[in-house]
Amino acid sequence: MTALCDRTGHDLAAALRAGEVSAAEILAATTARIEAVDARVGAFLTRTGDLAARQAATVDARLAAGEAAALPAVAGIPLALKDVLTTRGVRTTAGSRILEPYVPPYDCTAWERLAAAGSVLVGKTNCDEFAMGSSNENSAYAPVRNPWNLDTVPGGSSGGSAAAVAAGEAVWALGTDTGGSVRQPAALCGVVGLKPTYGLVSRYGLIAFASSLDHVGTFTRDVRDAATLLSAIAGHDPRDATSLPEPAGDYVRGLEDGVRGLRVGVVEEWLSMEGIQPGVRDAVSAALDRLEGLGASVVPVRLPHADYALSAYYLIAPAECSSNLARYDGVRYGARAAGAADVVEMNARTRGAGFGDEVKRRIMLGTYALSAGYYDAYYGQAQKVRTLVIRDFEAAFGQVDVIASPTSPTTAFRLGERTGDPLAMYLSDIFTIPANLAGVPGISIPCGLADGLPVGFQLMGRLRDEATVLRAARALEDAIGFAARPPLVAGLPA
Amino acid sequence: MGDAATTAGPVAGTDTAYETVIGLECHVELSTRTKMFCGCRNEFGAPPNTNVCPVCLGHPGTLPVPNERAIESIVRIGLAFDCEIAPHSLFHRKNYFYPDMPKNFQISQYDLPICVGGHLDVEVDGEGRRIGITRVHMEEDTGKTTHAGATGRIAGADYALEDYNRAGVPLVEIVSEPDLRSPAEARAYLTELRATLLALGVSDVRMEEGSLRCDANISVRPVGHPEFGTKVEIKNMNSIRSVERALRHEQERQVGVLAGGGRVVQETRHFDETTGTTTSMRSKEEAFDYRYFPEPDLSPLEPDPAWVERLRAELPELPAARRRRFEQRYAVPPAQAATLAADHAWAAFFEEAAAGADPRLVANWMTGDLAGLLNEAGIELAGAKVGPRHLTALARLLADGTISSAGAKAALAEAFATGEAIEAVVRARGLAQVSDEGALTAVVDEVIAENPGPVEQFRGGKEGALNALIGPVMKKTGGSANPQVVRDLLRARLSR
Ligand SMILES: [Zn+2]
Repeated sequence: MTALCDRTGHDLAAALRAGEVSAAEILAATTARIEAVDARVGAFLTRTGDLAARQAATVDARLAAGEAAALPAVAGIPLALKDVLTTRGVRTTAGSRILEPYVPPYDCTAWERLAAAGSVLVGKTNCDEFAMGSSNENSAYAPVRNPWNLDTVPGGSSGGSAAAVAAGEAVWALGTDTGGSVRQPAALCGVVGLKPTYGLVSRYGLIAFASSLDHVGTFTRDVRDAATLLSAIAGHDPRDATSLPEPAGDYVRGLEDGVRGLRVGVVEEWLSMEGIQPGVRDAVSAALDRLEGLGASVVPVRLPHADYALSAYYLIAPAECSSNLARYDGVRYGARAAGAADVVEMNARTRGAGFGDEVKRRIMLGTYALSAGYYDAYYGQAQKVRTLVIRDFEAAFGQVDVIASPTSPTTAFRLGERTGDPLAMYLSDIFTIPANLAGVPGISIPCGLADGLPVGFQLMGRLRDEATVLRAARALEDAIGFAARPPLVAGLPA
Repeated sequence: MGDAATTAGPVAGTDTAYETVIGLECHVELSTRTKMFCGCRNEFGAPPNTNVCPVCLGHPGTLPVPNERAIESIVRIGLAFDCEIAPHSLFHRKNYFYPDMPKNFQISQYDLPICVGGHLDVEVDGEGRRIGITRVHMEEDTGKTTHAGATGRIAGADYALEDYNRAGVPLVEIVSEPDLRSPAEARAYLTELRATLLALGVSDVRMEEGSLRCDANISVRPVGHPEFGTKVEIKNMNSIRSVERALRHEQERQVGVLAGGGRVVQETRHFDETTGTTTSMRSKEEAFDYRYFPEPDLSPLEPDPAWVERLRAELPELPAARRRRFEQRYAVPPAQAATLAADHAWAAFFEEAAAGADPRLVANWMTGDLAGLLNEAGIELAGAKVGPRHLTALARLLADGTISSAGAKAALAEAFATGEAIEAVVRARGLAQVSDEGALTAVVDEVIAENPGPVEQFRGGKEGALNALIGPVMKKTGGSANPQVVRDLLRARLSR
């Protein structure tokens, strides 16, 4: 029998309504799992047990009062939030020393909506500092370990959220995705990671890394849960001027309609490129065959400028980050270095001590890219490339309904393996970055194992066409029937 | 300081004649109910850090949402200056570290401002000049830093206090072309700018409260020289008068430098209100790189052309048009028309009062005695106890001879102090002129008897001698006699 904390959100929601289980029992199982494994996994930076207990009790009280029918789908389900999403009264660090003492005075919109719907927050998850990284090794606190193999990384930057869902420390979680930071760790941890269209989920309360590329995304155990969680957090937010105008849709509807007649595009160069792990290529090819078997047609497409996407990304993201992170100066909140003679020295010391190496590297890159005399050559040029990538997607989506690829060229790599080589690390996101530049939705689902580690399969769709992406992912998920579980969890009693 | 410095044209007093070139950059705080990018109240003088929220304090994760009223205001300002309203403009981030700026960048506009290429018509010494306006753009204000400790200056301060109430207040920057040719023109431009903004109702435009702030660029060149001289930027001027003073001083200083064979250095200079002089500040501008880039948290501004046209159609009458109308319709002299038209409270007061009496009398008494009384009391027109109906009554009683100028002066002063109706004051104080011939005949006869000399002269044909007799009559009646009646009576008695 599967432990409560290892079941899906929709399964638990049904059990709650049927009176088979209480929110308190689901929470207790989840808390027990955290106690059992988190010393080894390191998914959480802050636990919110008291808050979770109160929220679970509220849900149970509503069930006892006969309000089951009116209860939102996310009510009573244990949730984890990446620590770049602000929570009122709960410390939010962004994985950085500079925000170590920071307790936000407000909730991010995504959590505000979930909280109002009865969601149960178990804690804030570890991540790369200010979401900058692909392995979670840039956390200022501790690395996160992959539940599939504790010597490997969970991916990043939302490594804590991915690992928590994989290890049963939360039923689902929110992360953020600026260049692949939801999809890549989802792939490496064997869970479902969804990055919706830019603007579909409010960024209000998402501690900015690169504003034009940042997205809130979901980690779940299956596609149906991704659709459920997305439905709860999507929709226009007047506090985010880049938020799309329409209200949230119901993304669960039509999920089971299958892929017959669906046109699936494949960028052939991506599958044949050097550096792609053979086991990853095999698993992805097998998944493409399954899609054809389900009645979809798989056709080649071209994204000719995608080769330059990584370069453009590493100019645009640092440029925006250099400006976004300027506010951490020790004046109003967060850490402040002591002993400075004046405000300029105080700023410098605070930032010198508060930021880690990768953050400093990107601030410097971005400052340089925006400097007078270099702007046109770097930032300006990168924006032109971005426009070309957007046009590539528009052209491709004239021919196909979704584009399929590996989520990441490799499975989880060993801790420390790439920390000395930033460029090798950056290549982890080569297949995920184009969707951030174009703002299109992307999902990663597990499609098998390679050498005992999960492989992620990515589907990208047209702007605002989450429905098609989710429907295709659901059909494929069903066909693959991925049921493997991390050894860490498999050994635990239900 | 020569008089020439205060008027348009070349600076005199040296062998070479110099021409002054001035451009002004004005910052105007809009009087919207809330701030530019959050819902905090926009008010002056609240206790420190009481009008703040996560957004305007730059908390992690917060985002700006533009204030639609502020955008409407800046479009109206642009339309009033006849600017083009850009169909597509962008917010940019201006990056620099300063503790009064919560995000350490300012949301501003850069190469695509919302209003471009307008003008403002001003009048100097009765002559019209058209001053170009380069651009009008939208940005957010900063907080306020108070350096505390021994000196109160940055250097030597023990600590600094930050008040973020002003952080995020909508700020409009209005940049003129270098079209101004004298400090007096700069003053006229600022006066007109202020009057226009008041008419639009978009700002308090109070320089002393900082809702209008102004920096000036000034250079001088030999008359006829095609290129501009080296410009100097002047900061810290707290009134329109001090802008003129600072420019006059700087103009003289630069002419002195050039006339002495020296070179003007490009720099920023600080105006000292007490000494009336400018001194060099450390100039960081030359080396500073603000790393402008488009604000990714905000969409481009693309105003609906129909909405812009509606705002254009709904613009109120602007001071220049109002001035012309006062001159033409009411026959008010240009200087008085300018004073009345510059301020919408004054203009409305005038028109209401002038509806029931001779407009020229109303204008004269408003710009004369009433202005003097307000000035003395240190209050605004809106706070005065007298209203338009007081001025109507005053002008009427003057016109029909019920009161003399002296009586009117006294009546207005009394009404100004108490708010009582002019008619009541005139009655209570006995300020009405005596026009009753019966009551005056005895006095007139008395004066004729006492002044044989002037009587002889008048009878001998010297018309002017009559005045020598009117004076004593007025004196004997304590000024209450109607001079016209006295004159007629004297003439009648003497010609008999
Ligand atoms: Zn605010």
